[in-house]
Amino acid sequence: MVPLHYYLFLSAILFAIGAAGVVIRRNLIVVLMSIELMLNAVNLTFIAFARALGSMEGQVIVFFVMTVAAAEAVIGLAIIISVFRHRQTLDPQEMLLLRW
Amino acid sequence: MDLNNLDSLQFFYPEIVLTGVILFLILVDLVVVDKRWVGYFAFAGCLLSLWATLRLYVAPEGWLFHRMIVLDNFSLFFKVVSLVAALSVMWISFSSREVRSVHQGEYYTILLTSALGMFFMASSTNLLMAYLSLELVSLTSYILTGFLPRNRRSSEAALKYLIYGGVASGTMIYGMSWVFGMTGSLDYARINEVLAPGGMNHLTLFIAFLFILAGFGYKIVFVPFHMWSPDVYQGAPTPITAFLSVGSNAAGVAILIRFFFPAVSRLGDEGNWLFLTGVEWPHFLLYVSMVTMTVGNLCALNQQNVKRLLAYSGIAHAGYILMGLVVLNNEGLKAMLLYIIVYLIMNLGAFLVVVIVANATGREDIEGYRGLARRGAAIPAVCMAIFLFSLTGLPPLAGFVGKFFLFAAAIREEFYYLAVVAIINSVISLYYYARVVKTMFLDEPSPADQQVLMTPKDSALLGVLSSLTVVFGLYWGPLVHYTNESLRFFMK
Repeated sequence: MVPLHYYLFLSAILFAIGAAGVVIRRNLIVVLMSIELMLNAVNLTFIAFARALGSMEGQVIVFFVMTVAAAEAVIGLAIIISVFRHRQTLDPQEMLLLRW
Repeated sequence: MDLNNLDSLQFFYPEIVLTGVILFLILVDLVVVDKRWVGYFAFAGCLLSLWATLRLYVAPEGWLFHRMIVLDNFSLFFKVVSLVAALSVMWISFSSREVRSVHQGEYYTILLTSALGMFFMASSTNLLMAYLSLELVSLTSYILTGFLPRNRRSSEAALKYLIYGGVASGTMIYGMSWVFGMTGSLDYARINEVLAPGGMNHLTLFIAFLFILAGFGYKIVFVPFHMWSPDVYQGAPTPITAFLSVGSNAAGVAILIRFFFPAVSRLGDEGNWLFLTGVEWPHFLLYVSMVTMTVGNLCALNQQNVKRLLAYSGIAHAGYILMGLVVLNNEGLKAMLLYIIVYLIMNLGAFLVVVIVANATGREDIEGYRGLARRGAAIPAVCMAIFLFSLTGLPPLAGFVGKFFLFAAAIREEFYYLAVVAIINSVISLYYYARVVKTMFLDEPSPADQQVLMTPKDSALLGVLSSLTVVFGLYWGPLVHYTNESLRFFMK
């Protein structure tokens, strides 16, 4: 069996990639995908721990996290469309209307 | 009391009523022609839910739904706060010109859903429930922020809110997954039992707590999770800004206290809380509190938009509220609850005046307030001055009482630096609040400035809020009594 800490390292790396993606990518769709990646890293951690501890709770919460991620993606895409209508661009650097 | 699903229902009426009203509103919106009725029904439903909440004060405390949520005075307090916020915001929305242009059915449905999420935030005793309720409030807030159709500013604000919120709550649930891994449970009481003997890796636990703080912190708006707030406050419809600034802030404080006190700390004999030795989150929060109030106040100095100014002032007030947390005793927590009520009243009042001015002139910048007192709006101008001076913390207004208890709690526990920083910050804040007051009273209105008139609805709420601000500044006994009673957690 694969030891627990392999999974934890993998999920930490995935989480870091997701967080880095939010900060550096210049396309809103990719930013949303990066947030999804962060949530998937969370799911992996939960599943790994739940398997190691023999607990049901950790497996159940994953379903909820996936549902919330789906809802967030729906709202996110809707908002991106409404922004795109005004600016015809998906570059977050162009969102300059609200500053200091 | 630890009830199963069916037995819990009898203590669950506020939420049931609210859910029923939400479903009912969707139907009503399909049927009625005069859409104003949707708002009136939503208001009545909220009143009904408030009544059901108040009735629960005589009920026994305990866990509901297999320890998913808890019924105690602390959760009831925050339910009342979020309902009062929702009711006032609906009242403001009735006459707001911005809100009149949007779909009424969706607007009130989503507003009530957000209030429902706040109910669960205040009462969750399980990490799953905490995450779901926080997301329920967040998702509805994103929608409400971007609600104005064909308004670029509103859409951009919603987008920024969504990205910050997504990252913050993702970080929070990652921290929660580590807490779950270390304790083997999502239930707060179980987590407490497992953590109490110690022996966990301190660094891992500390990092997990920091990650969880990211999620809570973005709701309460403290540095460094504050960046979304000025943009969102400026872009959102003003009634929604008011709702976010008081409702979601208060719910964030509730979930934070619930997790960091009953779940991971232990109550000592003299009302002081003992945190896990080695996991130094209170010291971290001490610095966060000082930095938050300083950043909020310094950034507010130079703002030209009143909503944006109130956003930065909201960040500063989040810093003041955190003071009650770092002193780690019940006195500090009581002061926080008191401050939440006071902040609710005065901040709603300030936003109400912003709505009144925006309804008449369509302007939100400070220039638009020039000579407001001489443009037929002497009463809103006087009330605005009361609210702003109360936000500063000048006696004899409610804000002074709130700040007094917070500062007293900090000084009694010998956090002198914190108290000094907070007092200096209050002095700084006087500058930008007084600037608005000066613009309203001393500056000459230009001939192009329109008259500002109020609707009777607005003046009624304005009268209530401003008189409460003054009354609680002079006679705070009942308020203190209520918050003292409200600080009761059900732990086992």
